[in-house]
Amino acid sequence: MKRALLFLPLVLAVIIGVILFWGLSNDPTKLESARIGDPLPSFNLPSLQDPTAMLSQEDVKGRVSLLNVWATWCPSCRVEHPYLLKIAREYGVPVIGLNYKDEREAAKQWLIKLDNPYTFNIFDEKGRLGLDLGVYGAPETYIVDAKGVVRYRHVGVVDDNVWKTILEPRIKQYAGES
Amino acid sequence: MIKKFFIALCVLLPTTVMAIDTLEFSTDEQRLQFLRLAEELRCPKCQNQNIADSNAPIAKDLRNELHRMILEGKDEEQVVDFMVERYGNFVVYKPKFDTSTYLLWLGPAVIALLGVVIVVMTSRKKRSAGPAKTAELSQEDKNQLSKILSEDEK
Repeated sequence: MKRALLFLPLVLAVIIGVILFWGLSNDPTKLESARIGDPLPSFNLPSLQDPTAMLSQEDVKGRVSLLNVWATWCPSCRVEHPYLLKIAREYGVPVIGLNYKDEREAAKQWLIKLDNPYTFNIFDEKGRLGLDLGVYGAPETYIVDAKGVVRYRHVGVVDDNVWKTILEPRIKQYAGES
Repeated sequence: MIKKFFIALCVLLPTTVMAIDTLEFSTDEQRLQFLRLAEELRCPKCQNQNIADSNAPIAKDLRNELHRMILEGKDEEQVVDFMVERYGNFVVYKPKFDTSTYLLWLGPAVIALLGVVIVVMTSRKKRSAGPAKTAELSQEDKNQLSKILSEDEK
């Protein structure tokens, strides 16, 4: 019994080592969204394409969709743009744009030049909706279910790997629920 | 050299405070509340900077939001709740005590207590082991001991 107790520090060290090693794989710059499980914050903002058309959280309901936070000042948004096109066209998942703290004309030009994957774009010039949603940088991509509830947030670029391992399985799961 | 350093300090210092100084408050109390909260709230984009320190755009947005809320007369708790609702416990350096943070708050105390218990237990074990050993003196030892003692008395 006493002899077994001598191994206690070793066992503890190994346990702590495993926990710390697992911690290494965590990216401290990625925050879990505080909005998971909450309905999308209410908003009333113009469409990017048409300043007179007002959009609200009701427009995001109906289907499981991706809400992509982007801006022309964000280089990573350009990187993920082709994947968004692919998701919207090939995989048929609606991608809703949240144009975040951007200039209207620059954003419109961007969509003409790079093509437009978005079902529609919410023009959030002041970043009001972004703040309510807890956006802390672009790009961010949220999965919003058919009832308009925020289910998941991905911070950073969406690519093939992110789509296959993170977004697609979740979208399928949430679509199956409703 | 020291003089140069102080001149540099005088030039550099005001720039860090400037972002805050452009905001206007109706009372000094509000200004102090703003400064205190801006130091207590953590910038979500930065790893370890409060929103008063950081130049990140999100920190600026949060400062503006803080300013607006203070002008509206919101108290400290309302402001902190507002931030936590949006950005999670990450934004506060002193998270509230609830089910997700009890380990953080109580963990150190529990570990310290555990340490005290271990120390007390091991020291007791040693003490109780002490007299037990002296009782195990062999007959020969006892004879020798009484002999020595009686020699002393002489």
